[in-house]
Amino acid sequence: MRIIRTCRALGIETVLAASAADLDSVPARLADRTVCIGPARPAESYLKVETIVHAARATHSEGIHPGYGFLSERAALARLCESSGVVFIGPTAAQIEAVGDKLRARAEAEAARVPVVPGAAVGSTDEALAAARTIGAPLLVKAVGGGGGRGMKRVDSLNDLPATLELAAAEAGAAFGDARVYLERYVARGRHVEVQVLGDGTGNVIHLGERDCSTQRRYQKLVEETPAPGLAPALRAALHAAAVRFAQRLCYRGAGTVEFLVDKERDSFYFLEMNARIQVEHPVTEAVTGVDLVAEQIGIARGAGLRLSQADIRTAGCAIECRINAEDPALDFRPSPGQVTEARWPEGDGIRVDTHIATGARIPPYYDSLMAKIIAHAPDRTGAITRLRAALAATRIRGVDSNLAFQARVLASEEFQAGAFDTGFVTRLLERGA
Amino acid sequence: MSLTAADVAEIMRLVEQSGFDELNLEIDGTKISLRRGAAAPSSATPAAALPAAVTDPATAARPPQTPTDPNAEALPAPLLGTFYRAPKPGAPPFVEVGAQVSEDTIVGIIEVMKLMNTVRAGMRGTVTEILVLDGALVEFGETLMRVRKSG
Repeated sequence: MRIIRTCRALGIETVLAASAADLDSVPARLADRTVCIGPARPAESYLKVETIVHAARATHSEGIHPGYGFLSERAALARLCESSGVVFIGPTAAQIEAVGDKLRARAEAEAARVPVVPGAAVGSTDEALAAARTIGAPLLVKAVGGGGGRGMKRVDSLNDLPATLELAAAEAGAAFGDARVYLERYVARGRHVEVQVLGDGTGNVIHLGERDCSTQRRYQKLVEETPAPGLAPALRAALHAAAVRFAQRLCYRGAGTVEFLVDKERDSFYFLEMNARIQVEHPVTEAVTGVDLVAEQIGIARGAGLRLSQADIRTAGCAIECRINAEDPALDFRPSPGQVTEARWPEGDGIRVDTHIATGARIPPYYDSLMAKIIAHAPDRTGAITRLRAALAATRIRGVDSNLAFQARVLASEEFQAGAFDTGFVTRLLERGA
Repeated sequence: MSLTAADVAEIMRLVEQSGFDELNLEIDGTKISLRRGAAAPSSATPAAALPAAVTDPATAARPPQTPTDPNAEALPAPLLGTFYRAPKPGAPPFVEVGAQVSEDTIVGIIEVMKLMNTVRAGMRGTVTEILVLDGALVEFGETLMRVRKSG
């Protein structure tokens, strides 16, 4: 839907590939044409690379925009596009593979002189124990093929390491088809800060500032904002420069995000991973820079290169985004599919709502529970929080459970308002109870 | 600010592409009311009421999908792809109208990126109608043909 809007503004005709469950959705009605690619289950529709490329060719589409879900980071789609004469609006298949394999991404980061979390790839249990002694507990066991918090286990005592390693490798093998795992230092008071970059594919890269996504629950982001509050100017500049160096090393093409863990206690930062796609939280960057990131993605894919130089990127004010999910915070945030009997979204100065949900919409149980993103932009952070709280108060969702009230609680909390949070903030908020 | 003919055309285009059935707009004293399919009863299902805004020649050439035999059952496409009625170009089609089919009878091929998937009738009966042209893109669930069931 977000992409269709930019295409319309650019005068590009759109063909939406939708599953049978999404045929009467708002995006399906907005697109110039919608083709039904399969039944509701993603494995038979949205994950079918061949079907999607076939549909693109049969409808004479020039390019495929993969959005930020299902296939956006599957090298197979990019590769099939490359061999079928369809433009993939995103990075090359090789770049997706380079950043999708965490060990390779880590090696690329080191080669680009970007600091990485102290850690090590592990083969045998003995190797792992030796490495773990150097890194020190607590540490994380991560799946090489994982991401977004999946395939991660925390080890507080080295005595637990062998058992956790075995479990993590078995789970990783089952979930990602790749049983390799590695170790990383666990940063207790860390912040998740990521830098938006755009690359032309020939080594020219610019950044569009950073986003702080520390407000997350079990590694699922809830609130994102830019600029990251309370970062020292030197640290901020170092983050931006590191992200650009990393993307330059890959000759990255398109829009991407380089994620860092900022260690509050040590005032340092480490490379986490790169997301080779447009991200859910991209609107906050658009709000403060005035750049339409999807339009830039399309421009780069069409071979126009980077139309903006680093000097063209100026940021104004602060923007904060809340994700509104169909889930019940009282039941451990269990997804709550169903029919939305009433949906009223806020409007007003500095408010943007990205949503596909209108009154009567059905939320199928097969997909992500994200219903909307509400973004507030104001000259300063206090103003943005005030606008966002008012916007949440003006939002009505009935028929399905939502995290609306919980998000209002996040924004009202002292820790959030002070901007002094870290990735443990939401857990602490939940532990304090309602 | 005043509305030009081009503005009105643009508004009509947007309404046509949107999911709305009705638009009432007032700008500086100029009122515009647009209603989709005004003659049709308002209880019609919105999806069916949408105009076919399709310009693709392959789809435009598709025969109308109106059932001529109310007793015949639709045979839906099991997946999206290019539909072929014959095993190879120039060969006789798998089935014609009037053909007797059983569950396992092959009625066509759906090609997805050079991979040929056979389509079987899945029921016993007589083909009463073939709705898709050879070589056309078919979507998942689209009716390929109609079969009057027997037995």
